[in-house]
Amino acid sequence: MDDIILASNVSRSFGNVQALKGLDLAVRRGEFLVILGPNGAGKTTLIKILSTLSRPSGGSVMIDGMDATTDAVQIRQMIGVLSHDSYLYNDLTAEENLRFFGKMYGLADDVLERRIDELLEKVELFHRAGDRVGTLSRGMKQRLSIARALIHNPSILLLDEPYTGLDQHAAQTFEKVLLELDPSKTTRVMISHNIERSLRSCDRVVIMVRGKVVYDSPRSDIGSVEELKETYIALVDGERDA
Amino acid sequence: MISGLHIAAKDLREEMRTKQMLNSMIVFSLLVIVIFSIAFEDIISSSNMVSMIAPGALWITFIFAGSLGLSRSFAAELENGCLEGLKLCPVERSEIYIGKVIAGIVLMFFVELVTVPIFSVLFNYPIDGLFSLMVIIVLGTIGFVVVGTLLSALTVNTRTREVLLPVLLLPLVIPVIIPSVLATARVLTGGGIVDVLQEIRLLVVYDVVFFIVAYLVFEHILQD
Repeated sequence: MDDIILASNVSRSFGNVQALKGLDLAVRRGEFLVILGPNGAGKTTLIKILSTLSRPSGGSVMIDGMDATTDAVQIRQMIGVLSHDSYLYNDLTAEENLRFFGKMYGLADDVLERRIDELLEKVELFHRAGDRVGTLSRGMKQRLSIARALIHNPSILLLDEPYTGLDQHAAQTFEKVLLELDPSKTTRVMISHNIERSLRSCDRVVIMVRGKVVYDSPRSDIGSVEELKETYIALVDGERDA
Repeated sequence: MISGLHIAAKDLREEMRTKQMLNSMIVFSLLVIVIFSIAFEDIISSSNMVSMIAPGALWITFIFAGSLGLSRSFAAELENGCLEGLKLCPVERSEIYIGKVIAGIVLMFFVELVTVPIFSVLFNYPIDGLFSLMVIIVLGTIGFVVVGTLLSALTVNTRTREVLLPVLLLPLVIPVIIPSVLATARVLTGGGIVDVLQEIRLLVVYDVVFFIVAYLVFEHILQD
């Protein structure tokens, strides 16, 4: 498998604060990578750079062979982003939201209508298609948000703490949708604080502390959840003491 | 351009559904017109004097009502992180600008459509040169929204955006306000389109120059 995401020596500063310090990361096509790390580790900054929302202060990011700084528009066409913000318009209906984003991604009308129905079915919101997003619960919004992120069949799905605020049912539905994605078509990069849930589905785990990758291991080399938790705590404590 | 139209359609659909800004802008503009008509009651009864204050009153109404709408143009996108969602779409940032400008202009036209007839009645002012007046209002509104939308994006992440926007906007739109007021005065006193060609040229140049500048710099304004 080739690398669909290649970040080399990436740094990002906000004034005197260095959020990323020469980070290197390669993600193979079709891989499901989970990024763990304490608050302030630079995970969200990394996702913002990968999604072209933010530019690195130094280093380079290549997405499917394209430069994230100069080819941002083309890269956005192949990326879907799911964050703790839903990116949905409260005064539009579920269906209208998906239609709007589908059009922004240049989907043809007939393809778009089919895709909307298919996705609403998948996230179990078909019966609420005509309801305004403002009237949906947090869990429903997050499920609709998955549909929004997948509307254009992205090759890369970036997930920034997607389980935040979800109840058990919503989290299960979300996990199901995520696992149903065809790995040959979709590469997934997820930031999470939930080690148990992350380990259930991923291919590889990376731990970030203070803007750097301090641990990188395939899922097959990781034993139990407890072992990973111990490693995580040791690494975070070690970096804090350093 | 197509994406810009989608954004404008989305904004207008939301607005028509909630009428949050439209109602505020219309009520505000009507209040200003009524207050002016009461304050200058004696002057309004004198046909010579009314042409001195009426154009100014009309444009003050448009500009302040428009500022209300512009302050929400990008601020409304902050809810649920929608601005980020919009920035993630595979379109040039300038498309977002075009969409917002189109939506802003349409909203302003709605307000003006309601305000002008009321103005005509309250100021006891028969509007003869309607076509000329429309041309001036359209060009003035475009210039105002073109600059205002850019500044709305610039101030969207500031805590005092509602205050900051008019403070930055008003000095920049003086080149729109002056020819618009002068041309409106001339049209309201019986002048035709030929009598206001100079002002129309000025407005066209301003609209085109500021649109091009805003279009080019917008990418940098929305950059994180």
